[in-house]
Amino acid sequence: MPESSDGHAATGATIELDNLTKVYPGSPAPAVDNVSMEIKAGEIVIFVGPSGCGKSTTLKMINRLIEPTGGRIRIGGEDVTDMDPVKLRRKIGYAIQSAGLFPHMTVAQNIALVPKMVGWPKPRIKARVEELLDLVGLDPGEFHGRYPRQLSGGQQQRVGVARALSADPPVLLMDEPFGAVDPITRDHLQDELIRLQHELHKTIVFVTHDFDEAIKIGDRIAVLRERSHIAQFDTPEAILTNPADDFVSGFVGAGAALKRLNLTRVRDVEITDYPTVTLDDPLQEIFNRLRGSGTNEILLLDKRHRPYKWLRRGDLMRARGSLARAGTLVSDTVTRDATLRDALEAVLTDNAGRVAVTGRRGEYEGVVDMETLINSVHELLEADRLDALEHQHELQELRSAQTHAEQEGAEGGTKA
Amino acid sequence: MNFWEYLSNRHQQLLTDAYQHASAVFQCMVAATVIGVLIGIVAYRTEWGASLATTATSTILTIPSLAMIGLLIPIVGLGVPPTVIALTLYGLLPIVRNSIVGLRGVDPSLVDAATGIGMSRLMRLVRVELPLAWPPILTGIRVSTQMLMGIAAIAAYASGPGLGNEIFRGIGSLGSKNALNQVLAGTLGIIILALLFDAAYVLIGRLTISRGIRA
Repeated sequence: MPESSDGHAATGATIELDNLTKVYPGSPAPAVDNVSMEIKAGEIVIFVGPSGCGKSTTLKMINRLIEPTGGRIRIGGEDVTDMDPVKLRRKIGYAIQSAGLFPHMTVAQNIALVPKMVGWPKPRIKARVEELLDLVGLDPGEFHGRYPRQLSGGQQQRVGVARALSADPPVLLMDEPFGAVDPITRDHLQDELIRLQHELHKTIVFVTHDFDEAIKIGDRIAVLRERSHIAQFDTPEAILTNPADDFVSGFVGAGAALKRLNLTRVRDVEITDYPTVTLDDPLQEIFNRLRGSGTNEILLLDKRHRPYKWLRRGDLMRARGSLARAGTLVSDTVTRDATLRDALEAVLTDNAGRVAVTGRRGEYEGVVDMETLINSVHELLEADRLDALEHQHELQELRSAQTHAEQEGAEGGTKA
Repeated sequence: MNFWEYLSNRHQQLLTDAYQHASAVFQCMVAATVIGVLIGIVAYRTEWGASLATTATSTILTIPSLAMIGLLIPIVGLGVPPTVIALTLYGLLPIVRNSIVGLRGVDPSLVDAATGIGMSRLMRLVRVELPLAWPPILTGIRVSTQMLMGIAAIAAYASGPGLGNEIFRGIGSLGSKNALNQVLAGTLGIIILALLFDAAYVLIGRLTISRGIRA
C-alpha cells in the first residue's frame, strides 16, 4: 500500500487514464476523446462540467460499466482494461444519484451484498454492516432492519455510501451522489464525506455539475468541456484564482474571490488578541484596563469565559456602577474551524466590524476584524496566483513538448 | 332428487373429480409459470422479442379451447396429455406478458447499481430483477389460474380428468332428472376451487413479496 504524505496508511490506489476514448457506434464524434489523467492515491478528484460533456461516461469507463473503445485504465499500477469487469467492479465502490438501494432488501442486506459476493464469512459481514452504519452516522440497531422506503432521502444516500464502502475498496466512484437531495441535507452529506475521507483515505472520483460542491469536496478538480476534454485540472484554489481560459472562468462563475474564502479557515489567518475583562472584575479594574489598553472598547466575558458584551468607554460612563445595562451583547461568534466566508459574514453584520473567535466550548480565543480579513485575503490570493502561474508554466512546457513530438511524428510520417 | 341429496349421494365421485381438477390446473400452472417466466426473461430485453412473445402467446389464446383439444387428440391421444398441453399453452399469455412488463418496469438505475457493485448478469436477474418483477408476475399467475379453472372443464371432452366430466355428463343427459344437478355441481365446484386457489395466491404473495415493495 502506498503511503500518503501525512504518514497514514493510504487505503487508496492510484488511477491512471491513458488516452481513454469512447466512440458510440453510429455517431461520428467520440463521446469521450483521448482523456489522459493521473489520480493520486487517497485524493478526491472531481469531474465537473456542463451536462453532456461526457463526465459520467468517463467515470463509468473506470469500472467498465461503459466499455472504452480505446486507451488503457490502470488502477494501483495494474492494467484493468481487459480484466473480468465483474471482478473489477467488486473492488471499486460505486455510489449513484438517489442511492440506488434495492427496495426489496433491508438496509443491512443492501450493505452486505458486496462482502457476500466476495465471500466474506458471515460474522465478519455482520460486524462490517454495523461498523459501516455507525461510520455513516446511522444507528445500527435502529436502521439495520429497515427497508429503503422507510428512510429519508439523506438517510438513503448514507446507506448508499455505506454500500459502496462495504468491501473496503481502495477506489470509490460517485456519480452525482448528492444530486437528488435538498440543499441542507446535501450540505450535511458533503461534510460527512469530507470527514469520512479524513479517516479512510480512499481514492475518490466524484462527478457533479455543481461547481460549489466541487470546490468544497475536491482535492483537485478536473473541469471538463465537451467530449470530456480537460480544460483545467488543478486544485480548487488555483482554478478559482487563475482559471485557464474563458470556459473555466465561465464555469467558476461570478464571485471567485468570495468562493475562495470558503477554502480557508479562521485558524489559517491571524487572530488578534483583545483586552478582556470578566464579570467578576470590579468596575474600577475594568476602567483601568480600558484606559491602559489604548483601545476604545473592551470585551466582557462571562463566568465560563465566553464572550458576553462589548463595552465602550461611553457605556461605562453611563453604567454608573452596574454592568447589567451597559454595552452591547455579543450576537455572533465564529470558531477556528469556520470558513473565512462565515467570518466575513459575521464581521459585515457586526456594527463595529469585528467578531470574536471562540474555542470548542465557546470560550474566548481572540478577535478577527475587517482589516485582518482584508490583509489575509490579499495574501492568499497573491500566493494562489503565484502557484497557479507556476502550474501554468509547467503545463505550457508539457504542451509544447507534446506538440513538438507530434509534429516530429507527423513529419516522420510524411517522409515515410 | 334435489341438489343436496345429489351432493350427499355422489360426494365421493365429486371430491375425486375436484381433486383431479385442482391437481391438473396446479401442475399445468407450475409448467406454464416456469415456461412463461423463461420466455419473459429471454424476450424482455429487445423490443421485437417482447412483441413476438406476446403476439405468439395471445394467438394461442384465440384458438377456441374445444378446437385446441380436438386438434391435439389425433397427435397425442385421449386423456391426460391433451389436457396438460392445452392448459399449459393457454396459461402462458398472462404470465409471459406480466413477466415482460415486470422485468421492464425495474428502475434502470437499480440495474445500473447492481451491475456497478459487481453482480454478474445471472446474479442481477435472480437477486434484483426477478424479485422486483415478482408482484406483477404473481398477478399474471393468478389471472392464468382463474382462466385455466374454466378451460380445464373442457378437458372432459377428451376424456381428461376433472369436474368437466360432471358438466359434460349433465349436458349429455339433458332432460333426465339428474342432468341439472350434475351441471350445477360441476360449475359450483369449479367456482369454489377458483376461490380457494385465489386465497392461496394472496397467502403466497404475503410470504414471497418483500415487505420493502409490498403495496
